[in-house]
Amino acid sequence: MTASYDINPQGLAPGTEPATALEIRLRRRSRISSAVRYGVLLVFGLIMLYPLIWLIGASFKTNAEIFASPSFWPEDPTLSGYINGWQTSTPYTFGRFFWNTFLIITPKVIGTAISCTLVAYGFARFEFPGKRILFVTVIATLLLPNVVTRIPQYLLFRDIGWLDSFLPLWVPSAVAGDAFFVFMLIQFLRAIPRDMEEAARVDGANTLQTLVYIVVPMLMPAIISVCLFQFMWTMNDFLGPLIYISSVDKYPVSLALKLSIDTTEAFDWNQILAMSVLALAPSLAVFFIAQKYFIEGISTGGVKG
Amino acid sequence: MGGDSRYLGFFYVAPYVAGLLLFTAFPFAASFYLSFTDYDLLSTPRWTGLDNYTKLFTRDRTFDKSLKVTLLYVFMTVPIKLAFALLIAVILNYRLKAINLFRTAYYVPSILGGSIAIAVLWRYIFAEAGLVNMIIGAVGIEPVNWFGDPQNALITITLLRCWQFGSAMVIFLAALQSVDKSLYEAASIDGANQWHIFRYITLPLITPVIFFNLIMQTVQAFQEFNGPYIITEGGPLKSTYLLPLYIYDKAFKSFDMGYASAIAWVLFVIIMVLTLAAFWSSKKWVYYAGDKRS
Repeated sequence: MTASYDINPQGLAPGTEPATALEIRLRRRSRISSAVRYGVLLVFGLIMLYPLIWLIGASFKTNAEIFASPSFWPEDPTLSGYINGWQTSTPYTFGRFFWNTFLIITPKVIGTAISCTLVAYGFARFEFPGKRILFVTVIATLLLPNVVTRIPQYLLFRDIGWLDSFLPLWVPSAVAGDAFFVFMLIQFLRAIPRDMEEAARVDGANTLQTLVYIVVPMLMPAIISVCLFQFMWTMNDFLGPLIYISSVDKYPVSLALKLSIDTTEAFDWNQILAMSVLALAPSLAVFFIAQKYFIEGISTGGVKG
Repeated sequence: MGGDSRYLGFFYVAPYVAGLLLFTAFPFAASFYLSFTDYDLLSTPRWTGLDNYTKLFTRDRTFDKSLKVTLLYVFMTVPIKLAFALLIAVILNYRLKAINLFRTAYYVPSILGGSIAIAVLWRYIFAEAGLVNMIIGAVGIEPVNWFGDPQNALITITLLRCWQFGSAMVIFLAALQSVDKSLYEAASIDGANQWHIFRYITLPLITPVIFFNLIMQTVQAFQEFNGPYIITEGGPLKSTYLLPLYIYDKAFKSFDMGYASAIAWVLFVIIMVLTLAAFWSSKKWVYYAGDKRS
């Protein structure tokens, strides 16, 4: 039996009493094991991230060089991948596709934030007939595979004439259609004490005023998490636009990338990789600016990533 | 709060109810109905009874293959991904200085992984002359035909899924950090070693989170589309033709909406049965300490 287990992972304060031989031995052993841990983490981390690092380097390589060397560094750096890739084989540049992505994301994120906040507030702070059953449906839709509802949804949007528009992408989210976010906000709300809300109510605020002036400011970190996740998911969404959007001038970046691998000849790899870098850039930038909110959101709500 | 009216709360959840009925409940019922019809989008759906299901289970070789591949894919990715997520979370949970840095680095693939750009990247790094073969070639391993060989193709898309273990890891890490440290101290004084502490203290305490991750990852894995659609296009020899790809092709390429709905329902039933089985078995292995989690 060894006692080398780190009984205090958060950092054992160095003993205030003189170190015994046992303590010295334990400390040395824990130093070795932490070196092993760092080593494992570094190696796996590098393996994990190398594809992304390589992608960035490769986007500045010539086509010939992309498949000639596994190293990150381009020997003969060129911007031609970016310049030619941006032009695309369509009449539109990637600027158009980024703009379309923006047009899809913005209303979707705003609609999600507002509707999910209202609904989570309703669930977390009120009692009403049927609440339990409705809450069960939140959990059930969390588990309900989208494939089951996709075809009738498509038919529904076709019948109301919304195909080839962004409406099928916006509207379901604007009515709190993403159960994940409702669930996540309810989790956050449950952890917030109600004292201030009750005080506001005593002072004569109605529930909507209480929501806007008291709850929303306290819930802001969670709402930001929701917006960020919705941003990411929409950036990554492919099947939605694939089904609903048919005109190339309305394509978001994800469809445009698919189009570019379908239409470019086998020797235009650097263009595709360059455009992949650009496609990932907004997500990466947003993630690094706001990673705290992602981690918080996912730890609290257990939301998928 | 909410003493004004019994229905005040209902006002707030009304948008959800509307969306639930219109975009979930109605399509859910409609897809069940459609699965018993023949519907090509042009004429009205024609009731054909169990025909779609009979055909699926008796005459459709593509379905057999697709189902097999889907199950194989899910049963490979979910355990590997969760085991890896847990391993890294446990390592990160020691007193490490750069924990935030590592957590971020390991989480990045999860946040990007579902995107088409990553699927495209995967397609190039696992190409015949791609990055992976260059690297293994440098250490003297023969290049692997990642896409050409049906057995390897599934592994390639599995790797993409497993690469995205970060979100499960973050959830594990949050759970590990909420474990009461005094339990470790007590066990350590009683002479328990690291493995015993992990096995008999840590693991039982985080079973609710293991359960949560297991369910979510399984439901998601069954719906994988982007990876195989972009990387292998379902091939070679339909070795990566997961059921969502088959449903997509049937519905939106051959416009065979009734048949596609039937496949979707089979997929749904499989997911439900597995989920219910997990819930049922969870009574035996998931430990709720005073319902601490959520």
